[in-house]
Amino acid sequence: MSSEERSALHGHPVGPGDKRVVRPYGDTSGDGMVQISFTLPVPHTKRAEGAAVQLANKMGMDPAMLVHAKPIGDGFTFFVVYGRVNHLVDMAEVHVVERDYPLLGAKEVNAVVKQRLRRKLSVVGACIGTDAHTVGIDAILNVKGIAGEKGLEYYRELKVTNLGAQVSVPELVEAARLERADAVLVSQVVTQRDAHLHNTREMSAAFREAMPAGRRPLLIVGGPRFDETMTAELGVDRIFGRGTTPGEVASYLVHALITSRKQKA
Amino acid sequence: MTGKLDLDPVLVARARELARRAGQPVVDLARSHTTVSVERAVLRLAGVSGADPDGIPWVNRLVDAVVADVGLGHGVAAPVFDAMAREGLTDVTLLAQKAAAGSVRFAVPAGRAATAARRAARKSVSAGIRQVDRRRVERDRLVKRYGDPKQRPWIYLIVATGDIYEDIPQAQAAARAGADVIAVIRSTGQSLLDYVPEGATREGFAGTYATQENFRLMRAALDTSSKELGRYVRLTNYASGLCMPEMATLAGLERLDMMLNDSMYGILFRDINPIRTFVDQRFSRQVHARAGIIINTGEDNYLTTADAVDEAHTVTVSQLLNEYFAHEAGLADWQLGLGHAFEINPEVPESFRLELAHALLARELFPDAPLKWMPPTKHMTGDVFRGNLLDGFFNLVGTMTGQGILLVGMMTEAVVTPWLSDRDIALQNVRYVLGAAGGLHEDFVPAPGGFIQQRANRVLGEALDLLERIGDQSLLSAIAEGTFGIMKRPADRGKGLSGVARHEADYFNPASDLLEEGATR
Repeated sequence: MSSEERSALHGHPVGPGDKRVVRPYGDTSGDGMVQISFTLPVPHTKRAEGAAVQLANKMGMDPAMLVHAKPIGDGFTFFVVYGRVNHLVDMAEVHVVERDYPLLGAKEVNAVVKQRLRRKLSVVGACIGTDAHTVGIDAILNVKGIAGEKGLEYYRELKVTNLGAQVSVPELVEAARLERADAVLVSQVVTQRDAHLHNTREMSAAFREAMPAGRRPLLIVGGPRFDETMTAELGVDRIFGRGTTPGEVASYLVHALITSRKQKA
Repeated sequence: MTGKLDLDPVLVARARELARRAGQPVVDLARSHTTVSVERAVLRLAGVSGADPDGIPWVNRLVDAVVADVGLGHGVAAPVFDAMAREGLTDVTLLAQKAAAGSVRFAVPAGRAATAARRAARKSVSAGIRQVDRRRVERDRLVKRYGDPKQRPWIYLIVATGDIYEDIPQAQAAARAGADVIAVIRSTGQSLLDYVPEGATREGFAGTYATQENFRLMRAALDTSSKELGRYVRLTNYASGLCMPEMATLAGLERLDMMLNDSMYGILFRDINPIRTFVDQRFSRQVHARAGIIINTGEDNYLTTADAVDEAHTVTVSQLLNEYFAHEAGLADWQLGLGHAFEINPEVPESFRLELAHALLARELFPDAPLKWMPPTKHMTGDVFRGNLLDGFFNLVGTMTGQGILLVGMMTEAVVTPWLSDRDIALQNVRYVLGAAGGLHEDFVPAPGGFIQQRANRVLGEALDLLERIGDQSLLSAIAEGTFGIMKRPADRGKGLSGVARHEADYFNPASDLLEEGATR
């Protein structure tokens, strides 16, 4: 990670009342207790149980208590292990992407777009490549939304074009041009062989090639397996991970396309 | 109808009549059009197999060559067998190879040449149909020898590694652990391939390519398992996407036992052209009917994009349409694995009672259909412990409402493709519920006029309203307007439209003829 990227990340703020160093909590402060389960490719024997305990020890669990061992299929055993780990985490050394924009309601989003952009904000969404899982993009775009939050189609001042599944990158670029997209949202669920990363790089490269920097739409990808800190590496403006809601995306759009830009100008 | 829900038999009959009214124009459309995939299926029945060095099947090369010369609307059978006679060939695959090299010209035969070509085509295609018939007899014999699963619902489990040689031991392990039906999930994106890949395949994305050889390998492996376990283990794949008719045909030729085959799934979720889908679907269902294959419809999918409470009636409507289209194509009730799912947000008050009401409604509306009961996916999170509990409640609804086929839910849904241990825990969950409450459906009688009866009747009422509205316009415009699963799909858009043609006056398809007539020669 470059120093520039690192400076874009916010370390966890460590306030006076915050614990700085933490370890897992079972039922007593500082007990370090965790629970793990795994399968070993061996039949269930005394030696297999010993192997499970040894693995847990090597993972830093000491003592490790084997609480469950069950043969599954031919030559496999499933284990559940409880135990104490001696690892510590310094919260000051934890780096994550914190939300760096205010969370707005649908009304506020509409108001900002109407007053400051003075036209509808155009959003084009798609699942690209062979990915047929529209769950993510639909959750963000469809009126129905997710977790009781309405999707972007519900926002009066947003013009949403949902291209659906298995859209090719040239199709997406063309649609973005046609719809004069302010932002392009791409969802990637399938991650076999890092397909989500390859597809995203291909997409951002195609937009860089097709449009000059000032005219490019905001490029946003989302999916359960993305690392939110990889924006520069993937050539996109923002990555949204698991559990993102339509409201967060809408708020980010307003922030990135309207409020933060106008402030700078 | 004397059931547990006190449904009004007049309303139920009215619902079926409305489904027929909505579906009839679509059937007329299907009967007057053909597609490249229907024609390729005809050639597969006539024995064309294999692919060119680029992996493009010879059936594709041959259909493309015929279409280039005479178009699609006459059907390819007559031009192909006319060319066979002129070239003095007896092997259709050889003709495909010559056509691909550009050394054969096709014409629409007339007069005596037409009669001869049609006779030869029918003879050749009927050999394929008889092979499908033999496979069905073979299944009946094996089911008789090894037996059906002892319990209902049948336990349906998914395998999806991308590599057929990995799938096989996993499928056999799953069968040993209690699975009655194995489904091999297809590679993501296969539904939009306009050809069927060839040979055994070892890489796919989130699934394994459906090919004739993969079908054969897996069926042979499960035959071994059936023998070992003393119960016939069924195999499932997908007759959907752009190659639906060919998939159905290959399934019939290789004795697959169930096929996912929904009337509208491809339109709504894969943006395949509606006409292409309905034409392909009718042919594929005729093949399934002939092959004794149980179809699984895809209503569960609507609930993953739409709200499972507000849109519950769209599931009922789709089930009624699927039933109509299936019956029209010759499928019997025992072949209708109509789909539905446990997808209500668990945070909704009384969500479990709502699920019971919906599941029982499907059971009572379609008493002789096996029904495919699908597990929660939309409200599964990374919380695998809660997921396992939800799956337990799903299993309980399945047994309390007498579902026929139960797709085993995975607590790691939406997290990873199932691990060995995930599958074992999921099967343990199913075994516990079926063991502890397998006969509960006998005692479970909802209170007269109570919550469950009221809810079921309300959903039926909403389904009737929707069917009335569809009847006033048409099914195609209802689909265009986003009635099902929110997606809007106009009839003149979507993938695969260029592979559709209206029948010419002399359209000839010996496979359709043999299937319609129930003939063997």
